[in-house]
Amino acid sequence: MAKNTESNVYTVLFATGMVLVVGTLLAFLASSLKDKIAENKRIEKQQNILYAMGINENDESSVEFVSKNIVGEEFSKYITKQLVITGANAVENDKAYLIDLKKESALAKSENYQRRLPLFVGNKDGKESYIVPVRGKGLWDAIWGYIALDSELVIQGVYFDHAGETPGLGSNIKERFFMDDFIGEHIMDGDTFKGVAVSKSNADPKNIDKTDNEVDAISGSTITGDGLAAMLKKDLKMYMPYLKTLKQ
Amino acid sequence: MGLLSKKDLKLITDPLADNNPITIQVLGICSALAITAELKASIVMSIAVLFVMGLGNLTISLMRNIIPPKIRIIVQLIVVATLVIIVDLVLKAFAYELSKTLSVFVGLIITNCIIMGRFEAFALANGPIRSFIDGVGNALGYAVILIIVGFFRELLGSGTLLGFKVLGDPIEKTGVYAFGYENNGFMLLAPMALITVGIIIWVQRSRNTSLIEDN
Repeated sequence: MAKNTESNVYTVLFATGMVLVVGTLLAFLASSLKDKIAENKRIEKQQNILYAMGINENDESSVEFVSKNIVGEEFSKYITKQLVITGANAVENDKAYLIDLKKESALAKSENYQRRLPLFVGNKDGKESYIVPVRGKGLWDAIWGYIALDSELVIQGVYFDHAGETPGLGSNIKERFFMDDFIGEHIMDGDTFKGVAVSKSNADPKNIDKTDNEVDAISGSTITGDGLAAMLKKDLKMYMPYLKTLKQ
Repeated sequence: MGLLSKKDLKLITDPLADNNPITIQVLGICSALAITAELKASIVMSIAVLFVMGLGNLTISLMRNIIPPKIRIIVQLIVVATLVIIVDLVLKAFAYELSKTLSVFVGLIITNCIIMGRFEAFALANGPIRSFIDGVGNALGYAVILIIVGFFRELLGSGTLLGFKVLGDPIEKTGVYAFGYENNGFMLLAPMALITVGIIIWVQRSRNTSLIEDN
């Protein structure tokens, strides 16, 4: 090769060229796939919400969502109302599921912004459930989930997910053995809000005591578990002014 | 293997045993510790690394004569990152479920030093086909160790394999748990992965004493 690959001019030109090529390629790919990815995310969100309220195709131990071909229909069939809550007021809004929790919590840092909280009201076999979306921090990255409550503020089902928790440890928050523990747990202790703690010392691995506001932690995922408990506490609390009006 | 010459075949078999990237070259230790708590995660990571390393070695080898030596590490890093991000985007659009499984591995693949190590040590000095074979060979060597470690950590730590309760139910006290056996929770933590890798290194070097370095 005649070129002198050691020279500074060549190095700078090569670096510039490479940045342009790679940048263009990735930008092109990202923008051309954007619509498809957004559609997939919407489907996932609807599947997650339905999962939390118990509409899923689970068998013994797997996590199975309703198929994506029918998720749109199922969503409009089971979710009777979508509310946007500010303080204790609730306004119906059928685009509530498009509210971006991350953006809302960033906006809420400015003082005069009134945070909009989405809430989904579902009805399965005549039983109402109120599905609260939550979002928080795990060990490495964001964690989020959907918590389905009945009007007594007892958990009917949950779905958790994460962006990058350690595979085999923190990532187990989206496994059945962990999520199923939440079913039946109370988020209230009498009349005060307590949330659900992820505990390493509750001595109740079978999770028989449903009113202790605790579920059993996962070994090796202390930080993820703590983050999850903090997320439940913080985000459910914001809904309490409204949720309390349900519990007469 | 009529397709491969003896020399090329060695590129595959060497990393599986006497030149293993983890136990001999001591590369890729961090991901071997991080994701071997479950067998399934080990297998998924192995497949992902196999793919990235084969293609990455091929790409770097094709570019080897035009890469400026002063910035070669940055160029290598960009090649890996670009490959991984392209795959991630395409999967998100066309195979969303699969991309959910793989997304947690993306960061671990990009920073895996076996990949950078093979680019630097092999692909920069060899032709594309041999580099591709070398990439595949080293990824397989990596996979073997990951799967062995994952097997023992999941079996002894959780009493399961690929999620199946092979030893019985620890809470209901069935299977071996009925005799008072307990899962060893320490196996799930990173230190035991390091000790497991250490035991593999020990076994390997006591079987083949030529691998022991002189002091």
